[in-house]
Amino acid sequence: MVTESKRPDCGQPGSACSCAVPPASADPAVAAAADEAKPTRRSFLRSSGMLSMSSLMGTATLMAATGEAKAAVEWAEHFQKNYRLMTDQEKQEARVRLEKRYSQEYGKQVSVDTTPAQPGMLMGYALNIRKCIGCRRCVKACVEENNQSRGSRPGERIEWIQVLRMERGKFDPTKVDQGGYPEGLGIQVGGNAYTPAGQVLEGQYHYTPEKVPEADATYMPIACMQCEKPPCVKVCPVRTTYREADGPVVIDYNWCIGCKMCMNACPYWARRFNLTTPVLPKQDMNPVTHYLGNRPRMRGVVEKCHWCLQRTRHGRYPACVEVCPVGARKFGNLLDPESEVSKVLARKNVFRLKAELNTFPKFFYFYD
Amino acid sequence: MLLRFVSDYVRYVLKGGTKFYAWMGALAVLIVGMLYVYWLQNTEGLIVTGMTSQIHDGLYLANLVFLVGVAAGAVTIVFPAYVYHHEGMHKVTVLGEMLAISAVIMVMMFVFAHMGRPDRLWHMIPPFGIYSFSSMLGWDVLVLNGYLFLNFVVGFWYLYSKYTGKPVNRKIFMPLVYVSIVWALSIHTVTAFLLATNPARPMWFHSMMPIRFIATAFAAGPALIIIAFLVIRKNTRFWIDDSAIKLLATIVTWCLGIAIFLTLSEIVVELYARTEHANGLYYLMFGLHGLTGLVPWFWGAVVLMLVSFVLLLMPSFRNDMNKLPIACALAFAGIWIEKGMGLVVPGFIPSPIGEVTEYFPTFVEWLMTLGIWAFGFFILTILLKGAIGILLGDIKYGASPSAAAH
Repeated sequence: MVTESKRPDCGQPGSACSCAVPPASADPAVAAAADEAKPTRRSFLRSSGMLSMSSLMGTATLMAATGEAKAAVEWAEHFQKNYRLMTDQEKQEARVRLEKRYSQEYGKQVSVDTTPAQPGMLMGYALNIRKCIGCRRCVKACVEENNQSRGSRPGERIEWIQVLRMERGKFDPTKVDQGGYPEGLGIQVGGNAYTPAGQVLEGQYHYTPEKVPEADATYMPIACMQCEKPPCVKVCPVRTTYREADGPVVIDYNWCIGCKMCMNACPYWARRFNLTTPVLPKQDMNPVTHYLGNRPRMRGVVEKCHWCLQRTRHGRYPACVEVCPVGARKFGNLLDPESEVSKVLARKNVFRLKAELNTFPKFFYFYD
Repeated sequence: MLLRFVSDYVRYVLKGGTKFYAWMGALAVLIVGMLYVYWLQNTEGLIVTGMTSQIHDGLYLANLVFLVGVAAGAVTIVFPAYVYHHEGMHKVTVLGEMLAISAVIMVMMFVFAHMGRPDRLWHMIPPFGIYSFSSMLGWDVLVLNGYLFLNFVVGFWYLYSKYTGKPVNRKIFMPLVYVSIVWALSIHTVTAFLLATNPARPMWFHSMMPIRFIATAFAAGPALIIIAFLVIRKNTRFWIDDSAIKLLATIVTWCLGIAIFLTLSEIVVELYARTEHANGLYYLMFGLHGLTGLVPWFWGAVVLMLVSFVLLLMPSFRNDMNKLPIACALAFAGIWIEKGMGLVVPGFIPSPIGEVTEYFPTFVEWLMTLGIWAFGFFILTILLKGAIGILLGDIKYGASPSAAAH
């Protein structure tokens, strides 16, 4: 039944894919230092975290705790600028710092990509809501690709995609004659024949069926809509979250103060808060990262979908598009009329979620 | 002379009887508890609280919103004193300003408590950080600090002039007072905007929010001030006129009345149409999908506010200085619930994608909240003690220290 011919593969018109995996770090020091001092790093982080009640106190402790180069790295990371204001030189330094730190922490060579937005590119996404079978492979692929926290305690599990299960609902003949509502004081308040059918955004995403798709349900995956007018960006007091020139709304995790205003503002519940240090086992960590994308996050900051910048900036598809077994997910360049997503917008019936809020999502739903 | 003022002031406020030390000691214990849970929050993360990605603000934001109102409520003393030249009020204006200072400090501590990364606070302060004019939180921080500064300057300048015996320069002092009056409205208006400008949260997204905030603030603020005044009258030689207390009681009564009216208006408008946007309010009043965590809170607040309003309407009750604080305490508690937990939490229920979850504050959150309130009262006690000492003439320039310590 999986007859979707346009499976995401490379060399498609518009995808400009060269299948180049982003370059890993060329720094030889990274590999050499990879196996040193992991436990001390942990405890060091912990002890420094304990005391960083204010910036000054925190950094003073960092300097005092170890007199080594590591402290200088922490110091530099703590006092680095907002990513957008960094010079190319500073970005490079930040990248090398992070690659070194992550490689030590996860015991493998980690690359932190800083490829900027490419001219002529505006990313867009389209989802065929009729095709989705609710298997949630996209959810799993997203977590694995993007280094989300996967602990056991509530609050340690973070998923960026929710597949909402919608009951098909029905009209109940036994309730046609005023079944539920009493007619008080001679006022007719309505009938009760309509059991929720196709109710938007009242579905749930925790479901455990024998197999999918279920006969009595439809599915509606949602994630960050990468709005053109993102309310989350407007409310950020430190401008750490912003729209990149090629479309996605990203976060500089090192600049986020964790005030959570963006989570108040988002109408799609796309943002997650790291209530504690993310649980990311070393062997499961994806070492191919992007600075504004899937690099490991820290405690107390907000994160969200960024359309796999570490892949899409190099012409690859996001992980969710690649994994979808029914080809419901389409991704491409909105500025290229030959891209899949442009063709969908040109030919299919398309709608946007909560369009009345004027957020102008670049994530479109369609059906055929 | 300024140094003498500081040293005389500090020496005076640090001395006191057993009752004073017992009170301050009890507060200090709670403050130590607060420091412990703050340390916990900044090592373990906010996972030690009841907050989740669905309901990511709770007790802290609730207290923050409420205390901004208390701070703004101080204007109910300043305004009658300077604009209507109310005799009794004029004597005690400075006490209202001291309350405002303590309340704003508490607000800032709640801001720190609710943040994921308080160590990065400097990111929002230029020149090293970035200030964003599009962010309501940015504006809130700006107006709150401005209000703290204004009240500090106006309050302590007045006290200093009493101390030295030289009158203030009214050409500069009075404009500052008028600015602080308007500023008091601004802090609470901006805090209302902070919540109300989120169309993603239908429970908050209505333009009634600022006026409702101000009405509740001008009920809760003076209610606390009345209680504080009666405590002062009982425990110090400083006498506060009945006329001042009665005017405050009138303000509490009618602002409470307006607040109740606005709550009822919201209920009628939302529940008559009963759209999905009313789900938050419905959860608050009756529960949703079997979850009823806030229902007792809401009805408790309604009862407290209504009973207090009715009591305040009765002259025999309102004019009896032994009974008045009861009504004030009821109003204060009712508004604390209605405007805190009853407003903040249902904004998250259901979540924007329709998920209904509940929020239960943990022990950490309660201890943090108690500790911050204790810290606020600690500061308030010191500030009021110093101010009263100066108003009584116990702290005076040239007086010998032995005379100063009564």
